[in-house]
Amino acid sequence: MDTIEEFISKVEQELDGIPKGSLTAQSNYRDIPEWSSMHALIIIALAETEYDFSLTGEDLRSCQTVQQLYDLIKSRKS
Amino acid sequence: MPAKIHAISYYLPTAEYTNEDFYSEFPNANRSSLEKIGVSSRRRVGKGETASDMAYAAALRLFEEHNIDPQTIDFLILVNLEPDYYTPPTSCVLHGRLKLKKQCGVFEYNHGCSAYVYGLGLAEGVIHSMGATNVLLLTSSVLTNTFHEKDRNSKYIFGDAASATLVTSSSESGLGPYVYGTNGSGYEKIIVEDGHARNPITETSFEEDIDEYGNISTQGNFKMDGVGVFLFSIHNVPSMISELLEKSGLSKDDPDYYVFHQPNRFLNETLRKKIGVPQEKFVHDFEHTGNTVQATIPIALKHLMDQGKLKPGTTVVLAGFGVGLSWISTVARF
Repeated sequence: MDTIEEFISKVEQELDGIPKGSLTAQSNYRDIPEWSSMHALIIIALAETEYDFSLTGEDLRSCQTVQQLYDLIKSRKS
Repeated sequence: MPAKIHAISYYLPTAEYTNEDFYSEFPNANRSSLEKIGVSSRRRVGKGETASDMAYAAALRLFEEHNIDPQTIDFLILVNLEPDYYTPPTSCVLHGRLKLKKQCGVFEYNHGCSAYVYGLGLAEGVIHSMGATNVLLLTSSVLTNTFHEKDRNSKYIFGDAASATLVTSSSESGLGPYVYGTNGSGYEKIIVEDGHARNPITETSFEEDIDEYGNISTQGNFKMDGVGVFLFSIHNVPSMISELLEKSGLSKDDPDYYVFHQPNRFLNETLRKKIGVPQEKFVHDFEHTGNTVQATIPIALKHLMDQGKLKPGTTVVLAGFGVGLSWISTVARF
């Protein structure tokens, strides 16, 4: 499993409209400018293809920060 | 009696809605994320034009482009969500308009993203069990009629189109096997809720709902839970394809092409990566039409045919998935 920094880097890369370094572990991903369902899909697809992890809509709703999302994926994978 | 796809044509209505038109209407929409969907323009059914008018036009194109005598058609199957009348079936009305012969069977069915592959199975079925030899399979989607004017997502993704396919009896099997499934408890994820038997239109039907992502629609308009449908697709389509390949005795590298229903390039790329299909075999082809629901697969196949890529011996995996929720796939051999 990647470190939180590697995870953040991958999320930023996939959401290619946002500047590198703009997301931190404590960022609420819903604060991404013009947060839309497409952003949610990008995060879900990243979890599937990079981490072989199935995020649900409920998972996205219950997590507030990038750190919480990372912790969720890491805990379910181990 | 086996069956195969013999010819395909399609019809697009004339009114175009480009991305420039979209961004004039929704100037704050996020361009970089919408670009991932993969559509740059789409068509919309004209005022006064019905779904059956579009199906009629597609059928005429088929006859003309492929030099087919309408009198050879002995079965017509129509998939259509917007009938001309409560009764009689629109497919019967079309039979008359197309001046098909009396010794011709006709029926229609209601399905969405899975409709085309279902239609191929039904066409093969009437050839096998009802003695048909030349089946005209027509699809028509006028989904844009159901959108709320502020439904940014639907207006970006979807376009209208009709398709016509001739499925003929054949000495060798050109279709099948089929793998299919349904999750009816997910029916609300893609829906026009009010306006039919379950929920007649009331004064609340057009009260605006804003979803958690800021997209606006109403109960009287088309609504899609984009995230829910994305999850449904990535959880059901890869396993369906594995099952189809196993049933067909094929490895994932054997088919020449994979032509899936085209709802969203980003979704289909995610599916391609999950299944492990090489990029050169996976067809993305809806940039200038958008998601045309039942017509995405035949439009992509027609383009492959026009490019000379469906030579005899070519094998194509077809997969439809979406509204219902439903999924179905088959192998087409040309």
